[in-house]
Amino acid sequence: MNVETRRLGLYGLLLGAGIFAPLVFPAYTSQVAVLWIMILFALTWDVMGGQMGYNSLGNILFFGAGMYISAVVQIGLYYDVGEYTSAFGAVKVDWTMSQYLTGIAVGLVAAAVISALLAVIFGWIVFGLRGPYFAIGTLGVAIAAGELVSAWEWVGAGGGISMPVYPGEPDDRSLIFYFLSLASAVATFVFLRWLYTTRFKLAINAIRDDEEKAEAMGIHTLRYKTVAWAVAAFFLGISGAIFGNMIGFIEPLEVAFPTVTFGIFMVVMSLLGGKGTIWGPVIGATLFHVIKEVTWTHLLGWQWVALGLLIIVNVVYFQQGLLGWAQDKWPELFGIVVEDRDRAADGSGGDDAGAARRAAE
Amino acid sequence: MLDNLSLLTIAPIFNVQLLLDGLFIGAIFALAAYGLALVWGVMNVKNLAQGDFVIMGGYIAFTLAEWGLHPIIGLPVAFVVMFAFGWIVYVLVIRRVIDRDLFTSLLATFGIAIVVQQVLNQIYGPEVKTAESGFEIRSILGNQVTVADIKLISFLLAGGLAAAIVVFMKRSRMGQAIRATAQDPRAAKIMGIDTDRVYAFTYSLNAAICGAAGVLITMIWVIQPFYGITHSIRSFVIVTAAGFGNLPGVIMAGLGLGVAEQYSGFVLGAEFQQATVVGLLVAVLVWRQIQQSRIRQVVQ
Repeated sequence: MNVETRRLGLYGLLLGAGIFAPLVFPAYTSQVAVLWIMILFALTWDVMGGQMGYNSLGNILFFGAGMYISAVVQIGLYYDVGEYTSAFGAVKVDWTMSQYLTGIAVGLVAAAVISALLAVIFGWIVFGLRGPYFAIGTLGVAIAAGELVSAWEWVGAGGGISMPVYPGEPDDRSLIFYFLSLASAVATFVFLRWLYTTRFKLAINAIRDDEEKAEAMGIHTLRYKTVAWAVAAFFLGISGAIFGNMIGFIEPLEVAFPTVTFGIFMVVMSLLGGKGTIWGPVIGATLFHVIKEVTWTHLLGWQWVALGLLIIVNVVYFQQGLLGWAQDKWPELFGIVVEDRDRAADGSGGDDAGAARRAAE
Repeated sequence: MLDNLSLLTIAPIFNVQLLLDGLFIGAIFALAAYGLALVWGVMNVKNLAQGDFVIMGGYIAFTLAEWGLHPIIGLPVAFVVMFAFGWIVYVLVIRRVIDRDLFTSLLATFGIAIVVQQVLNQIYGPEVKTAESGFEIRSILGNQVTVADIKLISFLLAGGLAAAIVVFMKRSRMGQAIRATAQDPRAAKIMGIDTDRVYAFTYSLNAAICGAAGVLITMIWVIQPFYGITHSIRSFVIVTAAGFGNLPGVIMAGLGLGVAEQYSGFVLGAEFQQATVVGLLVAVLVWRQIQQSRIRQVVQ
């Protein structure tokens, strides 16, 4: 059994587990669906944060944007959006099955495409910022978006929008959204895995390692940065659209633009698993989500304190993440042949633990 | 929205009220921002927990007021308590991120911010709190403009505290060591300065300044566990606009921000206040970027 078949077997196993999970454990369908969204979050954050070295604290912007775009499209296809939102869901609107499904399909596409466009537009504003200025700038843009949406009457302002009600059986509904989340996460993984085999990955890694030198080597850095952000935004927009429909009611500050919850979770999950790798965010997100779901309810309000402590411990004491730690410990398992010279150079840096490792990813 | 705008031209007296309130609150913003400039300039740590230190100081004054003491006593108390708290945070967290990349310190301080705000939320609950100073409110200019005595007092206290810190930085041995470390940490080390201690002191001093600012905010405004992030963003706006090591700039930017917030709150409505602060942050960053791109072009 060579490496390739073993790898395919592993993927098949995971995919099978994903497909059969809601059938075997129907009670946990929604939790597992959120897990897929979390994996998508961590993967898309890592495009910028891990591979390109641009640590965005505001990626949640596209999640919220996707959610609202999809809501507006789904409602706007058949009704007047302003009228619908001003009634705060008091007007009982029935959707036929075909209307509902068309709405979701068009909404998903619109959410993805417009979110990617938004990334291009915001890229102009924020990509001149470097390092911490970029992080703070993106955080500012995301918070501002939440504040502005909550003052925008046409989309329901702070009162939010209740999403179209699924016309069929509730069990079918949760299955539909489960499989949509699963599909979006798998699509993100497959796409990024392909993307990371192309020259694109080399270019954004060059930007991470030294942007000035990358520019001097003829890489059009702004274009690469914009595309990387647009890719992240594309998938985040989809996840926002799915999540909004799954929740059934959207609202600007807590659901659509939750900067200090989901927005920070993405960063923490990527760091926990090991940023700059493809499996790191997946492992980090799974671990984080499982720990969160198991412990959250027992902590009685102290869970957020625990989250803050987790961030501090993660960042300060364990920054290379699980996968980074494993790669340092057992490099041969990851197919990395480390020469002594490299090892001496690698061993020192906690953050930049090894170009050799990344090359082998 | 336009009604309020025309009101400003019809009744110019409103401008006086807004300007005064803006200056009073802006002085406190400038105080907290000066602390950030200190930490940023000396240690190159972007402290995202800045606003949460402010709120923490505010709750110290609030607690003292609950115990029947006057909240102004909170000023020295918060200064000392927050100094000690800053030292603990430095030893546990900041010391380990100080020579790492900048995002690490940013994220670590963000973690501290979350812990502080959530612990405060657990202890005091999410309601908006304020500490009554009990001073009277005067009306001037024919009863059309009100000035609370406590606002004037806090303005003077903020100014006095800022002056004391400036003198401390210029004259005292520690202040000189801090400035030397800011200029060149390696050279300072060679000259026998214990830079680790200097960093610890700087961070604690920042926390103490924030604590004092928080006490003033509780007396003239309101506090709530989750207002910290807005205060952090305010400090960032001010420092980014003024640049660190530029005390007059920080003061001007702080006062300007206070006035701008009052005006936007009046013209656009109170719900836009946070959006204004964040919008200003983005505007300042973009402006900085335009400036930098000009420098880059010169290099080319």
